[in-house]
Amino acid sequence: MQPAVSVKDLKIAYGDHTVIEKLSIDIAPREFLVLLGPSGCGKSTLLNAIAGLQDITDGEMWISGKNVTWDEPKDRGIGMVFQSYALYPRMTVRKNLSFGLRVAGLPKAEIDARIARTASLLHLDTLLDRRPSELSGGQRQRVAIGRALVREVDVFLFDEPLSNLDAKLRNELRVEIKKLHQSLGNTMIYVTHDQVEALTLADRIAVMKDGVIQQFATPSEIYHRPANLFVAGFIGAPAMNFIEGRIVVDTGTPIFESNGLKINLSGYPLLTSFKAGPATLGIRPEHLAPDGAERGWPTIPGTVSVVEPMGADTVIWFDWAGDSLSSRVMGDVTFVPNTRIAPGLDIAKASLFDADGVRL
Amino acid sequence: MATLHARGPKPSRLTIGRIGLYAFLILAALFFLLPLYTMLVTSLKTMEEIRQGRIFAVPEIIGFNAWKTAWSGACMGTQCLGVRIGFWNSVKITVPAVAISVFIGAINGYALSFWRPRGSGLLFGLLMAGGLIPYQIFLYPLVRLLANLSLYNSVAGVVLVHVIFGLPLVTLLFRNYFMAIPEELCKAARVDGAGFWRIFLEIMLPMSVPMVVVASIFQFTGIWNDFLIGLVFAGRDNLPMTVQLNNIVNTTMGERAYNVNMAATILTAVVPLAIYFFSGRWFVRGVAAGAVKG
Repeated sequence: MQPAVSVKDLKIAYGDHTVIEKLSIDIAPREFLVLLGPSGCGKSTLLNAIAGLQDITDGEMWISGKNVTWDEPKDRGIGMVFQSYALYPRMTVRKNLSFGLRVAGLPKAEIDARIARTASLLHLDTLLDRRPSELSGGQRQRVAIGRALVREVDVFLFDEPLSNLDAKLRNELRVEIKKLHQSLGNTMIYVTHDQVEALTLADRIAVMKDGVIQQFATPSEIYHRPANLFVAGFIGAPAMNFIEGRIVVDTGTPIFESNGLKINLSGYPLLTSFKAGPATLGIRPEHLAPDGAERGWPTIPGTVSVVEPMGADTVIWFDWAGDSLSSRVMGDVTFVPNTRIAPGLDIAKASLFDADGVRL
Repeated sequence: MATLHARGPKPSRLTIGRIGLYAFLILAALFFLLPLYTMLVTSLKTMEEIRQGRIFAVPEIIGFNAWKTAWSGACMGTQCLGVRIGFWNSVKITVPAVAISVFIGAINGYALSFWRPRGSGLLFGLLMAGGLIPYQIFLYPLVRLLANLSLYNSVAGVVLVHVIFGLPLVTLLFRNYFMAIPEELCKAARVDGAGFWRIFLEIMLPMSVPMVVVASIFQFTGIWNDFLIGLVFAGRDNLPMTVQLNNIVNTTMGERAYNVNMAATILTAVVPLAIYFFSGRWFVRGVAAGAVKG
């Protein structure tokens, strides 16, 4: 199947400073792709390059089977939504929506029909004659989304569209965007630094760091089987627990050793092969259970330092061998600081990384 | 003294420092208004009264004859047509010069902030450097240049010179104003298919009305009050009001008509004064918008 968007050997540099070096990615039609990464990782730059708003140094850009590398943004068949809404302040909502269509010289009847369709889809009907300054943040962002939708193109680009909104609105609009994708079925590329948005919205996530894609996979794969230490540490809140140690394969059974801790690795879902030597064991808080010993899991004894109740669940922080580790339990379970606990870890859900930080 | 229970807004208290401050401000205001007051009362007096030498006294009989003479009868050399000739010349020079310089400055600022073509930083630097050089230095080269273009001694020539000297300031004002506007607005318009001019005319210019007003005020007062450029480039038939005023004041036949001179001076100053007066609100708003994030 022909990809909806294809980036080939993209390079972006400002003088000597290279932001993106030889990046390639294919996005399938109707796919919801999220570009996720910390600030300055090049994700917005990549999105702007796809839109044609960013000059590129080398490489090719294909959208819907057409080489658009040298095309203007308007000729690429894209619609875009920006973080700051970027609504035209002196125009009403109606004029904002119709601006691009008027520029393109569409007949008035067609413009009116498209605006009516988009307005009802996004519940903007009653707002059409207002100015952006008379709208709330959530309404403004809906208008911005509408302005992309009226273009009726194959690919929609979102550049951190929810970052300016408060938490409640962000959750509401996130659901709306997901619904929109389900009903429209367009290809969507969505840039964010918010892992919750990434995990909830994406069909596939591309985690980026320093202009390089670290892992390109489904949200579940990224969360449960992170490809390297960076992805493992970036995704998940509270972050994955990391235990530094070494792998020993003396007697045939691979053992992870750290500060007197010995963990049998036989049950670990191995990707490559065990190598004796330094390694990092990663375990998510929810896979470190205080009642783990009862299930026969290896335990890590420690002292409770802080208890964070979060409603649905509670995070228990405990000290072990100078490290602070976290365990996630049900919200109705309580622990008292300074008591001893020995949570057990589920090795089948763990992640093991070699000395270079690559998953084993 | 009973201690008061603190509750509600903190009571304001008039301290000696405050009183001193206000006294100083009022005195300073009076000091700067004094010349205007003197001009006004003198222009309304008869020559006999002026000869008594009490320049701060209120006129005994208020008369507007001096104003009439100043507007339509005061002599410049042998020509006795009043400052109204200069007034219309100044209008013919100032209005197009303000309109053109503000429009081009807005385009410059827009291009420098949103499009940043190669070398735009250098261009902006040179423009600012040019704005800092005293313009007397440019006079002779410009006279030669305009003579070669056959624009010397013409309204078009003066307008051109005013536009050139106005551009650094207007460009700077608009650049700073546009820098505070998110770049994404320009990007969104590009995705919508708008080009350089359409984004400028349909999106950026309508947003920058406060800045247009401020830049126009700056330019209008600057150009209206200009003496040197008008004197050098306008030619005898197009002298602006300021130059004509100077010539009238320096033309004396017998007695020096102080009341007419004062009236002519006020007439010359009244246009920029009125603009400041009526647009103060816009002025402050635009300056603040340019300085801080809008």
